Amino acid sequence: MQELNELVRLALADINSAADVAALDSVRVAYMGKKGELTQRLKKLGELPSAERPAAGQLINDAKQQISEQLNNRREALEAAAMEQQLIADAVDISLPGRGQQLGGRHPVMRAMSRIETIFRNAGFGIRSGPEIEDDFHNFTALNIPENHPARAMHDTFYFPNGNLLRTHTSPVQIRSMLKEGIPIRIIAPGRVYRCDSDQTHTPMFHQVEGLVIDRDISFANLKAVLHQFVEKFFERDAELRFRPSYFPFTEPSAEVDVLWEKGKWLEILGCGMVHPNVLLNAGVDPEIYTGYAFGIGIERLAMLRYGVSDLRTFFENDLRFLKQFT
Amino acid sequence: MKIAESWLREWTDPSISTEELAHQLTMAGHEVDAVSSEGLDIDGVVIAEIVTVNPHPDADKLRLCEVNDGGATVLEVVCGAPNVYAGMKTALAKVGARLPNGIKLRRSKIRGVVSNGMLCSAVELGLGEESDGILELDQSAPVGELFTTYFQLPDAVIDIDLTPNRGDCFSVLGIAREVGAFTGASVKNAAVDPYQADIKDAHPIKLFDAAACPRFVGRVIRDIDPAATTPLWMVERLRRAGLRAIYPVVDITNYVMLELGQPLHAYDFSKLSGTIGPRFARAGEKLTLLDDRDINLSDDTLIIVDDSGPIGIAGIMGGLGTAVAAGTRDIFLEAAFFAPDALAGKARSYGMHTDASLRFERGVDPCGQARAIERATELLVSIAGGVAGPTSDVVDSALLPVQKAVRLRKTRLAKLLGAEIDDSDVSRILRSLEVIIEGQDAEGWMLVPPSHRFDLAIEEDFVEEVARIYGYDRIPEVTATVQMPLTDVSEKQVSLEVVAGALVARGFQEVVSYSFIEDGLNERFTGTKSQLKLSNPISSEMSVMRASLWPGMVAIAASNIARQQDRVRIFEIGKSFHGALGAHEEVQRVACLTVGSVAPEQWGQTAANADLFDIKSDLSAMLAMAGVSAAFDFVATTHPALQPGQSASVVKDGIEVGLIGRLHPRHAKQMGIGMPVMLFEIDAAKVFAANVPTSVPISKYPAVRRDIAVLVAEQVTAGDLVSAVASVAPDLIKEVRVFDLYKGKGIEPGIKSVALGLILQETSRTLTDQDADSVMRIAIEKLKNDFAAELRE
Repeated sequence: MQELNELVRLALADINSAADVAALDSVRVAYMGKKGELTQRLKKLGELPSAERPAAGQLINDAKQQISEQLNNRREALEAAAMEQQLIADAVDISLPGRGQQLGGRHPVMRAMSRIETIFRNAGFGIRSGPEIEDDFHNFTALNIPENHPARAMHDTFYFPNGNLLRTHTSPVQIRSMLKEGIPIRIIAPGRVYRCDSDQTHTPMFHQVEGLVIDRDISFANLKAVLHQFVEKFFERDAELRFRPSYFPFTEPSAEVDVLWEKGKWLEILGCGMVHPNVLLNAGVDPEIYTGYAFGIGIERLAMLRYGVSDLRTFFENDLRFLKQFT
Repeated sequence: MKIAESWLREWTDPSISTEELAHQLTMAGHEVDAVSSEGLDIDGVVIAEIVTVNPHPDADKLRLCEVNDGGATVLEVVCGAPNVYAGMKTALAKVGARLPNGIKLRRSKIRGVVSNGMLCSAVELGLGEESDGILELDQSAPVGELFTTYFQLPDAVIDIDLTPNRGDCFSVLGIAREVGAFTGASVKNAAVDPYQADIKDAHPIKLFDAAACPRFVGRVIRDIDPAATTPLWMVERLRRAGLRAIYPVVDITNYVMLELGQPLHAYDFSKLSGTIGPRFARAGEKLTLLDDRDINLSDDTLIIVDDSGPIGIAGIMGGLGTAVAAGTRDIFLEAAFFAPDALAGKARSYGMHTDASLRFERGVDPCGQARAIERATELLVSIAGGVAGPTSDVVDSALLPVQKAVRLRKTRLAKLLGAEIDDSDVSRILRSLEVIIEGQDAEGWMLVPPSHRFDLAIEEDFVEEVARIYGYDRIPEVTATVQMPLTDVSEKQVSLEVVAGALVARGFQEVVSYSFIEDGLNERFTGTKSQLKLSNPISSEMSVMRASLWPGMVAIAASNIARQQDRVRIFEIGKSFHGALGAHEEVQRVACLTVGSVAPEQWGQTAANADLFDIKSDLSAMLAMAGVSAAFDFVATTHPALQPGQSASVVKDGIEVGLIGRLHPRHAKQMGIGMPVMLFEIDAAKVFAANVPTSVPISKYPAVRRDIAVLVAEQVTAGDLVSAVASVAPDLIKEVRVFDLYKGKGIEPGIKSVALGLILQETSRTLTDQDADSVMRIAIEKLKNDFAAELRE
């Protein structure tokens, strides 16, 4: 038995001196493997007289138990140490930037337009569009701007040789939508518009969003409410608005709307009014039964105020250093 | 229009400040663009009389003047102006005076002589841009009075941006009426006492076209003093209104126009021959205008003629032949009412916007002509002498505009405004606007606008008037409660918002370029000549409608590269325009461009320029958003914009819906880009007609993969191989992947090796090896037959 004790002592010593999992495995094989010392002894049990076998077997199994436990302990310790090593080796410089594609960005005017669409869509407005090459009827005549009307001169229209034109505002979509969908109607129509004008505060192409609501009892008071709310939602702040009487051939009464900006300065942001009865008649709507409002918002203007852009022209220069600010 | 506050207040004088006046004008619909102060910085300047003028002992060009400023003793002042004379009344800046140019006057020695002040020129007083000498005041100017008091200074010049419907406001009278309406202040009566004729001379007038000009008022005035000059007060009022004084006849016609809104024209009476009157020009008629321009008159132009032919364009500009000059003694004054329709667009077509045309186009009061003539006569006779004949008011009353009575219903007013306004307020507002209330009952009012308010024609016009004077700011805000049916939310069309979001996520920056481009670019980029050309482009670079988004985007890429941006990844969503005018088509497109490295410069990844397959993956990702990406085929094509061998059309259901490729190096070079440029452009409506997904059961059984590599001729496309393999067992083959492509060593030239991976799966059972092997046998057989493919072992 002395011999067995010695074997266990040797085994434990070998286990404890195993430097890594592989060495430990060799130790396990040497003692517990198919040809290992303890396995050999178990096999030789049969050679003993039957009376001695249980006791001897018990001793060997105890020894086996003892070694096995120590093997497991040692394995866990070695694995833990190895993982510790690996973790240290795997440490990275977390300040390095992430790899791959960077995010692009939307154009600030489109970003503002998309925001306007969301605000009105959430309020139940449909989104409509219309052609950019328009005819005289939809851009002018149907909007109560007959030929030679002084308001035409103010529009600086781009013409084509056949009398077609580039729409000077998004208002033609009012006519098209009313004719197509009928009444009641509650829509906005964002898009590109064109005026033959180019200087520090004008670009020959810009964006507008038209609004139109026609129903049985739509009033100027409703128009005031919707625009005030819109401006506050768009800028995400309280806003003081003033409605100034103005003149558009397609609305009566008409107003221009200013918002009180920094330093007590009123800035004009849009034009609006109650749809002129002639416009309703041109779209086949009975002005005695239906009333409605319309508005036209310059999107660049809002984008400039929202994002602090000071020069309108930068929107169309498409300098990536400028555009990337809106990512 | 510029209007001096002092002049306005002569007509109506509400007790409000300049600032408040400007604010209220704006809030009544007459937007005040600017208010500038005049004479604010003048202090210590008095009216003085020159008593004696003596030479300066030490300077030839200077004079010593003894000046009476109303004080006990005369002051000695040195003056260098050539126009100084004894007895002259002028402006004296005394010691301590302040002038607009910031000068504070001190007693000083000029060439050894002490000057106790300075005699001032108009420029020094801030009253003009040029002057030849010191300011000469009227002999009636009271010596010792503050110059500022005498000159109605300080004064504010209010610049109003008038709306085109309010021609009646183009005058002091017009603005005064408005101010009276919104402040309640009384307004001076505009009526002018007729000037009794001194002589019988008259000139025959005939309305040749009474519809275009139903009223023409004229008067002969003779023996005007040719030496008369325009009084300073008038010069000054004209100046504050932005007009330069010339000589009395012209200045007085301008003055009356500014005051009453009625343009006048003065002819040299001695140069008129026979009956004068308005008619439309006849083809071939010519006229030399006041400004020496020779004009060929078109037959839709209303002109003034006498027996000699055209002598002026009605309402725009007079002719040179009958023009008055500084020394003219006898004149014929004209004040007409031209129908706005007859003049509309003419000033624009001749490129001559004059003060007269501005007013006539918007409309003048059809009852204001005689008044203007009387006012002008009164001024002319008092300023330049002369004797006047009788006023001839030739009118076709039947053709004058008629002010129709309009009904204003209380219900309509309340319905349109969403506000209840007291009846008494409504009546008061209407009266303040000189609207005649013909009748009033429980339902509303019967209203006739005054003759100057030809813009008031329908009920809504009166609703606006009431709201305007009542104050838009007093109308409440009420959120409308509208019953609207739910709106369509289509799942069959991918929203471009979503597309834009996906492109942004893939690193693309959105750009917006102009819809019009340089002529020639369409042909270069699409092979089709531009048919949509603007008649009046801003410049040749922006003269035709784009048929592709590419030219604009390539230009944007080039300009950014020039600004040291070596990696450009941009997209645009916008329309392109096609076809012939009238039959043209607008197509909503999405286009992308990449140039430079695939990914931003970074560690752990070697930089490589984006090639066709990088941008193809971006396009494929977008196509996938339309539901079934497999529905799109890429078919090799040739295209004017793209490099041959690196271009494809994107085909869906046999129709081309887009293009992808590498920009032809020739174009890139032309635009100054040295790197490869990759592009695609798609027709959004056709591409993003999405399929609503239909679910199929997921197989519970494992999938089997089989790989083959085949050798085929180089011109056989991978796409064709994939389609062919997929077609042999469409139910079993779930996917065919191209996982390797090899050319070069070990393979004959002209041959390539394509490795395909097949994923096979059954929905009802586990596939056996035999099943898979049999599919592979058929597939290989098909590749052999169709493409002479050789299995690579």
